[in-house]
Amino acid sequence: MRNVKFKLTENEEIAKNTFEMTLSGDTSGIAPGQFVNLRLDGYFLRRPISVCDYTADTLKLIYKVVGHGTEAMSKMRPGAALDVLTGLGNGYDTSLSGEKPLLIGGGAGVPPLYALAKKLLAEGKHPAAILGFNTKSEVFYEDRFRALGLETFVATADGSYGIRGFVTEAMDVEYTYFYTCGPEPMLRAVYERSRTSGQFSFEERMGCGFGACMGCTCKTKTGYKRICKDGPVLTKEEIVW
Amino acid sequence: MVNTSVTLSGLTLSNPVIPASGTFGYGYEFAEIYDINCLGSFSFKGTTREPRFGNEPPRIAEAPSGMLNAVGLQNPGIDKVIAEELPKLRKVFHKPVVANISGFSIDEYVECCGRIDKEEGVGLIEVNISCPNVHNGGMSFGTSPESAAQVTRAVKAVTRKPVYMKLSPNVTDIAAIARACEDAGADGISLINTLMGMRIDLKRRAPVIRNVTGGLSGPAVFPVALRMVWQVYEAVNIPIIGMGGVTTAEDVVEMMLAGATAVEVGAANLVDPFASKKIVEALPAVMEKYHIENLTDIIGGAHHG
Repeated sequence: MRNVKFKLTENEEIAKNTFEMTLSGDTSGIAPGQFVNLRLDGYFLRRPISVCDYTADTLKLIYKVVGHGTEAMSKMRPGAALDVLTGLGNGYDTSLSGEKPLLIGGGAGVPPLYALAKKLLAEGKHPAAILGFNTKSEVFYEDRFRALGLETFVATADGSYGIRGFVTEAMDVEYTYFYTCGPEPMLRAVYERSRTSGQFSFEERMGCGFGACMGCTCKTKTGYKRICKDGPVLTKEEIVW
Repeated sequence: MVNTSVTLSGLTLSNPVIPASGTFGYGYEFAEIYDINCLGSFSFKGTTREPRFGNEPPRIAEAPSGMLNAVGLQNPGIDKVIAEELPKLRKVFHKPVVANISGFSIDEYVECCGRIDKEEGVGLIEVNISCPNVHNGGMSFGTSPESAAQVTRAVKAVTRKPVYMKLSPNVTDIAAIARACEDAGADGISLINTLMGMRIDLKRRAPVIRNVTGGLSGPAVFPVALRMVWQVYEAVNIPIIGMGGVTTAEDVVEMMLAGATAVEVGAANLVDPFASKKIVEALPAVMEKYHIENLTDIIGGAHHG
């Protein structure tokens, strides 16, 4: 964990209610699947947001406006300073991926898979992606995944774009392992449908985000785990639904 | 040079700043980012006889200038705390710690305090009779002078370590409860635990926290906590550890002027992991600004006549 001051350089709406925030500052120690915790003026608790992409000195976060905190974030303008705790959570373990891992993201769960895709590619692996959204106006990053060279399937629940239905409709492809992030009903469906082992990234209301308050603990087959510190990524084998 | 040291029942702390139970775990998360030996002490995660998962999530909610929590005393249980956590924590923290003990029966308080009595690294015991997030225990012992006195008496019989009773603000007369603890032999009083509150999610039309209610902490509660420390100081002659929304070194001084000998920092640690360290570091300059040479001189200093 590091406490880093970032400067906001861009904050664009890239799909309905979905914003991409670009920050400039020290990203050392950040890994795919981890999250950062932002302090916002006027709010007491920090807001945990997954890491979408990063270079040595820029950080991209994608967030959906769902409450007061994310609404306040959407109104921040370039030049704003942000107090951020970085390097939080365990992140994805890429050593287990095999040759052809499948990345399965739903809505606001898509972003962490982007940094993961880049890491897997850098390791010489051949990931594919399934991105699920409610409707066409909420689709984002399809082009970005394609630009990385990933075979990319998009599903919309209402059939307004791509495959009609949920991400599981596109899971008949060959894969050696999977990584997934998204709303809990989607994660459960992926769990049921998947034919290999894999890793799931979870979300929970957090107090601190670094393991101190026990505000986000869940039960797993290997004991109680803090989503913020022992997670947010859990393996298929340890999940208790 | 100002003198920041204070003494709680014979235990001298280099400064009065103590991270509060439940906001500092067993210290490791913070020891990764700074040397926690700069703290006066710290109060470890509330410990019960049995291991506890606590409440189902969500356990946390935002509040104006504060937060709600309903963790529900998640902890590994006294056996594991003694066998694993304390030895680990002694490697990162070399001063006596405050052992925070909770329970669901007088027997449980007695057993846990009796066990912790033998632990060298423990400087004092903070007996939590004020957790608002568990049922049939916790706060129910702290809401009447009689039951608070019963727990105090029972615990005092099994330990020679100083016993501080941690009181709930969710009562009609906290001074009466503090007095009952003093009469039953308590060495000190620790206050306040969180204030019971709740939030409702407008979209779901349902409580945000699964437990429905949670405990409010953070700067929002500071004036309430200060008022209660003031009242308890007027009611008892034993030392007080004051807490509730303390965020700055100025807050520490204010708490001490109201009557606290030492001060716990809680929710502030969760939003700024360096909060307690920053308060320790800011304290000497704040003392100089207000012409305080010895911090002990100001305890209860706002009470005149």
